[in-house]
Amino acid sequence: MTTVLDKLRSGREAVGERWHHAPRWVRWVLLAALIVFFYALPNKEFYQYLGPIPTPGANFTQVLFTISIYVLLAVGLNIVVGFAGLLDLGYFGFFAVGAYTVAVLTSPSSDIKTLWPWLLVVPIAIGLTMVSGVMLGTPTLRLRGDYLALVTLGFAEMIRIAATSSTFLKGQRGFNQIPHPPGEYADGKPFFGVLDARPYYWLVLTLIILVVIGVRNLTHSRVGRAWISIREDEDAAQLMGVPTFKFKLWAFAAGAAIAGLAGALFAGKQNFVNSQNFELLNSIIILAAVIFGGSGNIVGAIVGGGLVAYMIERFRGIELFGIELYEYRFLFFGLVLVVMMIFRPQGLIPNRRRAAEFKDRRKEVIVGE
Amino acid sequence: MSDTEQTPAVPAQAGAPAVETVARREPLLEVDHVTLRFGGVVALNDVDFTLYKGEILGLIGPNGAGKTTCFNAMTGIYQPTEGQIRFRGQKISGKKRHHITKMGMARTFQNIRLFPEMTALENVQVGADAHHKTSVVAALLRLPRHWKEEREGREKAERLLEFVGIRHRMHEFARNLSYGEQRRLEIARALATDPVLLCLDEPAAGFNPAEKEELLQLIRQIRDTGVTVLLIEHDMRLVMGVTDRIVVLEFGKKIAEGLPVEVRDNPKVIAAYLGVPDDAA
Ligand SMILES: Nc1ncnc2c1ncn2[C@@H]1O[C@H](COP(=O)(O)OP(=O)(O)OP(=O)(O)O)[C@@H](O)[C@H]1O
Ligand SMILES: [Mg+2]
Repeated sequence: MTTVLDKLRSGREAVGERWHHAPRWVRWVLLAALIVFFYALPNKEFYQYLGPIPTPGANFTQVLFTISIYVLLAVGLNIVVGFAGLLDLGYFGFFAVGAYTVAVLTSPSSDIKTLWPWLLVVPIAIGLTMVSGVMLGTPTLRLRGDYLALVTLGFAEMIRIAATSSTFLKGQRGFNQIPHPPGEYADGKPFFGVLDARPYYWLVLTLIILVVIGVRNLTHSRVGRAWISIREDEDAAQLMGVPTFKFKLWAFAAGAAIAGLAGALFAGKQNFVNSQNFELLNSIIILAAVIFGGSGNIVGAIVGGGLVAYMIERFRGIELFGIELYEYRFLFFGLVLVVMMIFRPQGLIPNRRRAAEFKDRRKEVIVGE
Repeated sequence: MSDTEQTPAVPAQAGAPAVETVARREPLLEVDHVTLRFGGVVALNDVDFTLYKGEILGLIGPNGAGKTTCFNAMTGIYQPTEGQIRFRGQKISGKKRHHITKMGMARTFQNIRLFPEMTALENVQVGADAHHKTSVVAALLRLPRHWKEEREGREKAERLLEFVGIRHRMHEFARNLSYGEQRRLEIARALATDPVLLCLDEPAAGFNPAEKEELLQLIRQIRDTGVTVLLIEHDMRLVMGVTDRIVVLEFGKKIAEGLPVEVRDNPKVIAAYLGVPDDAA
């Protein structure tokens, strides 16, 4: 049993090694192929050849859009949890702030009736989300440890309750007729319509690529070093001249901004936003996705976010012994996580540092025997 | 400053001139009647000494004497209950820790505290970043300042790793370095912050005599580059060999201060160290 697992493990690690040692052009070609694949994916002409991958019980293109939103969220949360090591249990709250900002400022059902176009509101949504991140972070990031987890949890609940019961935020009735992103074809038909989810998916995919480039720039700089040093030893980081509070706040703000962007995209696609979209469970799912993929690694977060969202949707429409599997999706999800934590606690695609650490631990255990 | 340098191997046969030159020197760090209590424990009791620019000062004393606590008070981890600490003429208390580092004070830790899951190089780069000004936006957009500081920081880090003798291990995670390499890495990381004052907390703990000798050599070289050194050490002989002056603590109190020979022959110091199990013998 263990030998099989070991083989599997070393096999996967070998892939990682090969990637890191492959010539630059090989990596670029593979990366380009992967990107082309994901742009082509929502086309039926393409995905019908992919066997069991498309979801039977749901429009695959719609599912892809949902997945892409989760990926974006996982990339953002990974900055906070994976790099800076701050436990944020209410990340979805920022997503809600982004979505509601768009809803309030664009929808005709809003009390203030500004009816601004979607594109104008996106930067406002991102900005407001960042501000809410800073407001939440300023009092709490000075404290250590579990306070942050509690406060962020409270924040997400607060947003949800406000959405449910404040008349301004319309509760269950929600906001409708939220405008779509702009743009039309030559024949005057809007590019971002109601039925076809592909353009939205492509938009999010493009933004994911841009965000990933940005996050990579940050993590490969003084900023990323500061974040990791805080995660590793906050006291030592301070004594080596890292303004830890400032960089924790930046991690928080950057993560929030990405969630705000995701919320704005969601609202622009959905056309309708109400209080049911923002259950606490979503925060937990994204956190699980980051850890599942390999916290502290951008690729890990992407894969984690993608796989977790996909797994949940994949159960839709499957019946086994008369039981609708979708009803039990979170049970399976939980099981997968438990199995995962037993056999691969560092996540699917761990940060190379993490991988080394867990390898060493295994060695220690073996020596200990 | 070079005129006042003593060859540490021949410890001050003529004490008087050395004291005179010390008096002419500029005070760098003033520990001014500092008392520090932890509940009932008086970790520092009216401790008072001055560190002058360019010297190597030894801070010695038996276990639990308050040496590390003194470092912690200097670097802003603890606030003195009474008295104050001044660095380059400015009061330390109330200053942010990273600000104290920027003012030119750097330290190592008795129980090594590196960033284990960063490479040796990255550890030192964090230190070098202390004086960098690249903003988050500049890093995000890769503006020229990012590239410039990144290159400088990298070169400086490699130079310092070379200086402490572990450049060949720079891409290794700190956690995978040997104990001795980790101690050296801590020194390199501290030096990367461009300190005026370097505080070393038992940097030779756990070293064998040959390694200790190498470390002494390194400390002298550091001083020769113009950095003032405050050295906590258990090993009396090591301290004798490298320091210009020594301050002795016992139970949180300063019991002696002076040239190595004076301190060595001081009956109070001998009494404090008698029966104390250390490597002094
Ligand atoms: N955070 C703290 N809370 C309570 N007591 C403390 C604390 N830190 C240190 N002390 C106490 O202060 C005294 C001095 O400790 P300190 O670590 O400064 O000694 P030291 O001279 O560095 O000893 P060593 O040679 O063992 O490193 C000890 O009695 C210690 O128990
Ligand atoms: Mg100590």
